[in-house]
Amino acid sequence: MPEFVRIRAPMDEAAVLSLRAGQKVLISGVLYSGRDATHKRMIELIQKGEPLPFDLKGQIIYYLGPTPARPGQVIGSAGPTTSSRMDPYMLPLYEKGLKGTIGKGNRSQEVIDLIKKYKAVHFSNIGGAAALIAKSIKKCDMIAFKDLGTEAIYRLEVEDFYCIVAYDSEGNDLYKEAMARYGR
Amino acid sequence: MRTIEAGAITDAVEKTFMEITHLLGDDLVAALEKAHREEESPLGKEILSHLLQNVKIGREEKMPVCQDTGTSVVFVEMGQEVQVVGGGLFEAINQGVGQAYTKGYLRASIVRDPILRGSTGDNTPPVVHVEVAPGNQFKITMMAKGSGCENMSRFSMLTPAQGRKGIIDFVVDTVRRGGGRPCPPLIVGVGLGGTFDQAAWIAKKSLFRRVGAHHSEPHIRELEEELLEKVNNLGMGPQAWGGRITALSVHVEKYPTHIASLPVAVNIECHSHRVRTVAL
Ligand code: SF4
Repeated sequence: MPEFVRIRAPMDEAAVLSLRAGQKVLISGVLYSGRDATHKRMIELIQKGEPLPFDLKGQIIYYLGPTPARPGQVIGSAGPTTSSRMDPYMLPLYEKGLKGTIGKGNRSQEVIDLIKKYKAVHFSNIGGAAALIAKSIKKCDMIAFKDLGTEAIYRLEVEDFYCIVAYDSEGNDLYKEAMARYGR
Repeated sequence: MRTIEAGAITDAVEKTFMEITHLLGDDLVAALEKAHREEESPLGKEILSHLLQNVKIGREEKMPVCQDTGTSVVFVEMGQEVQVVGGGLFEAINQGVGQAYTKGYLRASIVRDPILRGSTGDNTPPVVHVEVAPGNQFKITMMAKGSGCENMSRFSMLTPAQGRKGIIDFVVDTVRRGGGRPCPPLIVGVGLGGTFDQAAWIAKKSLFRRVGAHHSEPHIRELEEELLEKVNNLGMGPQAWGGRITALSVHVEKYPTHIASLPVAVNIECHSHRVRTVAL
């Protein structure tokens, strides 16, 4: 098995289905940022039957609220926030075709089941490696919810963005397997 | 009476928050390097090498090591012979925080109201604690406290009968429940005794200690060592992706308590451990 699996974002179905928990992945392509307030507002739009700022089909949402970019920087520091805080918002997003999410830490069993049901995938990247992670973000444009500041939606172009598959479309769980292996 | 200008306090607060958010302490860096040497899991070692690279980029490019530049926690130890002149103490600190987060391109993470939300725009207000100390000293400890880890903190009113074993079970269970969410490797701060409020405060204070430094009393030191071993035996490791180093250190502080009580507070801190004490 190669050390890294390279994938493009947005993802096609074959790519999603091929991924397995524990695989290291380098993502290139487009990610959209979103965290707590972003999700709350997206769900409100869905409930009102209004269009979302971007089409979710095949997309990956990165749970991110960056620091402000200094003059000349693409983006400020840009590490992941805690995934599980977005757990209550997931169902309508999967229904609209979302395929991937990136954040830190374990998620609820309910979301793990949704990932399996909707044939999606959840990645984790390294929490607190924010200055290093920013290096793999090549372009950053705010596309919606400007008033939310760091919680606005940013369209990010990334190259070789380092992640690990945490939960795959068959319901495998990196975190559970890891603890079983190293626990004493 | 010694006088200190409010403006000097503002300047110190501004300068310190601007620096600590990209420049981590040598104690923390040494602990990460040690973890990198000792971690058994190849993936865990890889994560630690990413974190060390991240520390280097932060230092060299003055980039915040983490995008969560935290709640600004400020602890003032103020000698009873000191008078602050030219403005209020809280206002001076508040202004220093606002300036640091604006000028330093740090993230404004504070919302005005816990229910209504809404950013304050400059990370104010800070959480401020003041203690009166003897003499004419004036020390300010500043911490940029991440919330991913703060959120995994817990409190319990144990009974005296539960004792030492109850404490150990509660601390280990707190770390286990946090999983990868607080960004391990962690520093685990534990406050024992006092009241509800006091236990939480001394747990936070234990995080101001140098990483890995032990309590001076032998039975607390032994508790710290045992807790570290048990926490690391969970097998979570860096980021909870599997490994031996879940925590870099465990710090325990204690206070006398009531005959009926055994309060235990666990304040979880991540590897983006940004704290510094400045004396004026
Ligand atoms: S828990 Fe710490 S390292 Fe993780 S995102 Fe928050 S501040 Fe950063």
